[in-house]
Amino acid sequence: MNPNAYIVLSSILFCLGLLGFLVRRNALVAFMSIELMLNAANLSFVTFANVHGNLDGQVAAFFVMVVAAAEVVVGLAIIMMIFRTRRSASVDDENLLRH
Amino acid sequence: MIPLVTGQAIAFWILGPLSIAAGAGMVFSRKPVHCALCLAGLMCCLAGLYASLDAPFLFVAQIIVYTGAVMMLFVFTMMMIGVDSVDEMVETIKGQRAATAIAVLGLAVLLVSAVGHGILTGSQGLAQANGQAGNVRSLAFLVFGRYVFAFEATAALLITAALAAMVLSHGEPLVGKERQRARLERRTKEFAATGADPGPLPSPGIYARHNSVDHPALLPDGAIADGSVIATLAARGAVIVDKGRLVAPTVRADQALADVHDEQHGILPGEAELSAAPGEAELSAVPGGPAKEITP
Repeated sequence: MNPNAYIVLSSILFCLGLLGFLVRRNALVAFMSIELMLNAANLSFVTFANVHGNLDGQVAAFFVMVVAAAEVVVGLAIIMMIFRTRRSASVDDENLLRH
Repeated sequence: MIPLVTGQAIAFWILGPLSIAAGAGMVFSRKPVHCALCLAGLMCCLAGLYASLDAPFLFVAQIIVYTGAVMMLFVFTMMMIGVDSVDEMVETIKGQRAATAIAVLGLAVLLVSAVGHGILTGSQGLAQANGQAGNVRSLAFLVFGRYVFAFEATAALLITAALAAMVLSHGEPLVGKERQRARLERRTKEFAATGADPGPLPSPGIYARHNSVDHPALLPDGAIADGSVIATLAARGAVIVDKGRLVAPTVRADQALADVHDEQHGILPGEAELSAAPGEAELSAVPGGPAKEITP
């Protein structure tokens, strides 16, 4: 099967994640969109590993997963803390640094 | 003979559209819970795609790490911060949505047309790279061999992230917890000043009929005991305060007893003993002869 199809699918998923990140105002949903983008990049890593016939791409995808897990932990803790002080999970309300 | 449709192609053409549909659902559904559900489905689809690309280790890791751990964290956080919050559809920056749509569409066209036709050779497959050892062992050789420093760095990163999460989510209480001794002293002071009862509040519920916390306790005279129901429930209006309903069974039982009393012309079995003097009743209740011996 033509591996380009996987790359196209990965591109579409990445663009969906970007769209969600730029459009959605809920901090949690924006965060999920980032996860979607990371996963799209992972898919292309695995595809290229398959195309080139070595496992480095799979190792890279594995490391991306680990970093994404760490990122989720810290990001959700930050969202929780902001929610505790501002009583809102919307990214529009986090404007304290602007003034 | 080379089959026209491989298992990989079948998996791709089932899971690919599904994952795109799930991604679109995540971006366009307004409730965060639906978004999380769509994302979990998308992770499962991607795991299947990894399996179709000869990556069994990543297939399992994807399901465990993303669908299991990351999505669980997301849903857990969502439960704590407003699960029913719906995204407001007001644009804070004018024309942001249109500009975003155009930019994303442009990027999609660019990626699909440029990168999406970039692979000219067919895929080599991983049979040679996996070799005799298999996928998981070959990956382990790489992770603990060539990439061992990156691996150690991820260990440090994970520990830092765990510490950061604990520090960030830890909240110092503004007022200290009241210990037993402080509570005792406060209650005694209140008793001296206002005469408030220093004992514990009466427990709610009516014995043998209701044991729910929204039923107030009754005092011996049938009045409702104050403070037997917590103030929050009382303020919410969830408390049954219809005293007539609460004491109705007791009244009914009293009435039934009185009716039997009237039917028996004032004499009920055992009533003579009850109405007699306490000492007498006690002695006559003792069966057999000894009673007579004591009271000659």
